[in-house]
Amino acid sequence: MSDTSPTDGADEVAEPTEHAAEPDLVHGIAASWSHGQRVVHPSRAELVALVKTMHDDGYMMCLDLCGADYLDHPGRTLPEGIAPERFEVVVTLISHREASRVRLRVQVPESDPVVPSLFGVHPGTDAMEREVFDMFGIVFEGHPDLTRILMPEDWVGHPLRKDYDSGRIPVQFKGAPSR
Amino acid sequence: MTTTDHLHQTEDPSLTSEGRQGLASSDVNDAIARLIEKGAVLRLAEADVADETPVEVADEESMIINMGPQHPSTHGVLRIMLELRGETVLRSKPIIGYLHTGMEWTGEELSYLQGCTNVTRMDYASPLFSELAFSLTVEKLLDIEVPDRAIWIRMLMTEMNRISSHLLFMATNGMDLGAVSMMLYGWREREETLRFLEKVTGLRMNHNYIRPGGVAADLPDGWRDDVLRLMDMIPPRLDEYDTLLTGQPIWRERLQGVGVIDTETCMALGTTGPILRSTGYAWDLRRDMPYLAYDQVEFDVVVGTFGDCFDRYAIRLQEIRESIRIVHQILDRMPKGDYRIQDKKVTPPPRGRIDESMEALIHHFKIFTEGFKVPEGEAYCAVESPRGELGCYIVSDGSSHPYRMHIRGPSFVNLQTLPHLMHGALIADAVAIISSVDPILGEVDR
Repeated sequence: MSDTSPTDGADEVAEPTEHAAEPDLVHGIAASWSHGQRVVHPSRAELVALVKTMHDDGYMMCLDLCGADYLDHPGRTLPEGIAPERFEVVVTLISHREASRVRLRVQVPESDPVVPSLFGVHPGTDAMEREVFDMFGIVFEGHPDLTRILMPEDWVGHPLRKDYDSGRIPVQFKGAPSR
Repeated sequence: MTTTDHLHQTEDPSLTSEGRQGLASSDVNDAIARLIEKGAVLRLAEADVADETPVEVADEESMIINMGPQHPSTHGVLRIMLELRGETVLRSKPIIGYLHTGMEWTGEELSYLQGCTNVTRMDYASPLFSELAFSLTVEKLLDIEVPDRAIWIRMLMTEMNRISSHLLFMATNGMDLGAVSMMLYGWREREETLRFLEKVTGLRMNHNYIRPGGVAADLPDGWRDDVLRLMDMIPPRLDEYDTLLTGQPIWRERLQGVGVIDTETCMALGTTGPILRSTGYAWDLRRDMPYLAYDQVEFDVVVGTFGDCFDRYAIRLQEIRESIRIVHQILDRMPKGDYRIQDKKVTPPPRGRIDESMEALIHHFKIFTEGFKVPEGEAYCAVESPRGELGCYIVSDGSSHPYRMHIRGPSFVNLQTLPHLMHGALIADAVAIISSVDPILGEVDR
């Protein structure tokens, strides 16, 4: 029985205490640490190649793929050389061999919200990419069936976008304040 | 049915008592190619079906039929579009969204203190796990450590919840396959477990008990006796289930060799939990990436051999026994002390202080109206829920509300295995397969 103290997070990796002068890179791509978790910041063009390389490195399972809309919060901390864009696609990969997770944060501009699909490397991203498309309107190029998944097929708009008017549909109760 | 010993953990988590269960990358690549080529997933828009436009089907004898959303075996409101030839399922497509209420959006509207009331309603069969994942993520962003007692109370409560969730699976799995007495037994035992959860948290379900900073209240007087009574009651009942189902020829006929999946496919699809373990791959976050104090308790990770519905049933049954083993260790080791962090930033002052001190009153008021602020950043934390890896991703912009709150629901991801499990199966087996995936639609649709 080990006497290690209880941990609050599953994937605490020993973060290097002294940050070296040269930039932090993973497979030649800018990376950073967030609360002891590894984060890599590939561009859209680098994404699929990076995920493939990491797949061969043992990051064989894609746990999660979600979107985020930074419309109201543009000034977030990113490593040098990464220009913040409105949208972000966040991919979480796991290596069972090393028992560690890596998070990829891909910047997606508002003017051209298109990201290459990871379906060819991780077929499990099928539903997740559909959800991001549904909620944020980010298009995944190469996805076999990019349709709405949670909202009805004829729905207009993408509900998790920060500029989506959530009070757009009148409430069908008597006496409810109209907007 | 094999188990791997928690204490004999080697540096390689894929090593089991049955030899190495690891994966070479190329095997997974083969599986990915197979998955993409085989075409078990029906790629068909609902509108096309509604318009009665000629649908491209394999031949004239096949037809497309909808199962659900009101079908009793679909565990809530899941619809599956099936392409059938006679009674054989060719391709299928799960259609979800009927329970979508925008809970991730609601999560952005609620403060961190209120957030648990929201996430707890996602997976309503195991609500404490969503609360735990949410709380761990917020605590990571706040960079605080909860007291020992809170950690052990969280373990006790989540293990009790795992027992109740698996008992519910036993009940519904029995019901789906026509073993109605199993349904009654399963609900009966689950209710006993929920009674304990109710005594501690005040509610049978949707507890809002695990909160950032600890738990909502200390364990009530006499909790130990209640747990002991349950721990004495449940094991003989599990043996009854064994007698009723495990060895029963009809039960085995319905489940063995039905809905077979292999490890490589699971890896490619991101499947976790009992479905992944049923393929013989020993991966359990409690053992392999321990959170709370799971590195200090002894338990086995239960794995299957064939990856069929029977293995998934047997794994869940055995996991109840393992949870009971963990609960016994928690009873022996429950530390004394605070049940929540005494950090004034996140914890409201005790009731008594409010009467004496103006500052405490203001502080109390501020916490409940404004909420506490969380430093800017983003984090992902995951726990092993009864259905697999339940993760929570939160982006904070420094205010008292999450800027983005995302839950990685294991049911949502695991549901993608359905077309592959059902490919080539009979429609009667489809019911057994849906049941063995054990999806909770509240978590799928969020």
